[in-house]
Amino acid sequence: MTTEATGAGTGTEVIRVEHVAKRFGPVTALRDINLHVDRGEILGLIGDNGAGKSTLIKILTGFHRPDSGRILVEGQATRLRSVAHARSLGIETVYQDLALIDGLPVYLNLHLNKELIHRPLPFLRRREMRRLAREALDSVGIEIPSVTAEVGQLSGGQRQAIAVARSVHSEAKLLLLDEPLAAMGAREGTQILRLLRRLKQRGDLAIILIAHNYSQIVDVCDRVNLLQHGEITFDRRSADTSVAELLELVHAEYRIDA
Amino acid sequence: MAEADADTAAPASAAGRPPRPGPGSARRAGTALLRVLVRRRELSIVLVTVAAVIYFTAAGGNGFNTTNNYHIVMQYFAPWAIIGGAEALLLICGEIDLSAGFVFTFTPFALTSFYDAGATVPMALIGALLVAAGVGLVNGLIRMLFNLPSFIVTLGMGFFLEGMSYIQSRGEPVPPPIGGGLQQVIGGWRWSELIWALAIIVVLQIALSATRYGVYIQAAGGNPLSAAESGIKVGRVKVATFVITSLLAGFTGILDQVRVGSFDPTSGGNTTMFMAVASAVIGGTALLGGSGTVVGAMFGALLLGVINDGFNLIGVNAAAFDVVIGIAVIVAMLLNAYLASLRKKALR
Repeated sequence: MTTEATGAGTGTEVIRVEHVAKRFGPVTALRDINLHVDRGEILGLIGDNGAGKSTLIKILTGFHRPDSGRILVEGQATRLRSVAHARSLGIETVYQDLALIDGLPVYLNLHLNKELIHRPLPFLRRREMRRLAREALDSVGIEIPSVTAEVGQLSGGQRQAIAVARSVHSEAKLLLLDEPLAAMGAREGTQILRLLRRLKQRGDLAIILIAHNYSQIVDVCDRVNLLQHGEITFDRRSADTSVAELLELVHAEYRIDA
Repeated sequence: MAEADADTAAPASAAGRPPRPGPGSARRAGTALLRVLVRRRELSIVLVTVAAVIYFTAAGGNGFNTTNNYHIVMQYFAPWAIIGGAEALLLICGEIDLSAGFVFTFTPFALTSFYDAGATVPMALIGALLVAAGVGLVNGLIRMLFNLPSFIVTLGMGFFLEGMSYIQSRGEPVPPPIGGGLQQVIGGWRWSELIWALAIIVVLQIALSATRYGVYIQAAGGNPLSAAESGIKVGRVKVATFVITSLLAGFTGILDQVRVGSFDPTSGGNTTMFMAVASAVIGGTALLGGSGTVVGAMFGALLLGVINDGFNLIGVNAAAFDVVIGIAVIVAMLLNAYLASLRKKALR
């Protein structure tokens, strides 16, 4: 085990992973994972391709079951049975493909599968949903031309922001972001990072951010964990590390002159 | 938004921006019209239909603009509009039903089979509609469980039902059973078929634009993976839409052939199916799913009905009608693609 750093959060743990391991046939994806994220904290998760980041995220979203170890959600040991189960506990994921429907307007995307209807009549409460969508976007400072615009007509950054807003909108406690900046220009990337910082300032959300851009990680995250060969080998506050150190750590084992 | 220059910003804005001052009022009216056309795709087909009516009224002597002639237009329009509206829903969720025309053909014979076996007329009617719905259920389940393209599944189903119709009828038209309220409820009045068609179109359009089901079929057709990730049961939504389409095709078969007064194994079939799909496509429904309207399909059916009837009236032969439909379908698709890119540009 490595040095344990204290997070910048309020001290209330949203999720804790203890000794989680996962094998796929002969391949050991995760060996012994220990991590935790507090409310109001952004944890940056870095590691080379194949280090196990995706497997870890899929375990946290309830998609895979761990072979051993345990997961505590708000202090309670919990078996995440399915994606729906994890979501009902407030664990939301923003996938790389964003899971948006291009042909539908922004407000319907924000309410997808959670549409409001006039019970007992089955008709949509469109005006109410537009209002709530506007509020949700305003509350996290997302600027789009209109909530009635079709999502397919928005830019990559706006789409990403809407996907994030949707997760937050559904009362998320833990937000998992799998490389949200991968397919984005510098300007749009910055906007998303600002959005994450605003979400952090609200203080009710824990965020795990996977990214390859270490300067962005150091910039926006409170703490950085490095995943290597299925283990967390490094856990430090962003303030106590640097881009240079992270680069050194990740690339040390691959140095060609070593 | 900020990058949009005056030219690209002019046509349309779904974002509700204030209009830019144009150089002249005529041009401003032009752009306003264009904006409405871009946003309400059904409207362009309405304009074309009105133009066709004016043309046939002028060219068809005294024949076109008569009640009797409109009754003939209705006989084309009603089945194509109902089945076209249902096909529009299927196309929106990314599927198609090529068997709908033969469900139209077969369902009346299912009714006579139940009737001949001793069922009362209302029971036979319910039984026949259940058979039609069952065809849709089988189409949908085979499509989803074995992940076969609906094109193939429903093509096979179409042949199967065509054969079954000939077997049941022994190749001969049969009269519908009399009594039990069949004629009164289904076709008691000269314009009953029109009322049924309009009522069904209204219900389908409301289902599409005002209920969660409508959102789900647009999501299922626009991006099945994302829809599933959001927890929408894509398979169930699609199977339900196959059932709706088949049920309505079967009902239309009974409706239309009760009016004619004969259950005919050569009625319906591929012609009816193609006209219904063409109505949906001409009405602005995307063949690849995700968008479209039932009302658009209705206007598509109206246009096809008017052209078909008008050509008969002014003595143009049936082959020319097919030429026109072929062109209309392709132009409608091109227009859809063009309008989509216009809308995209207008928002940037």
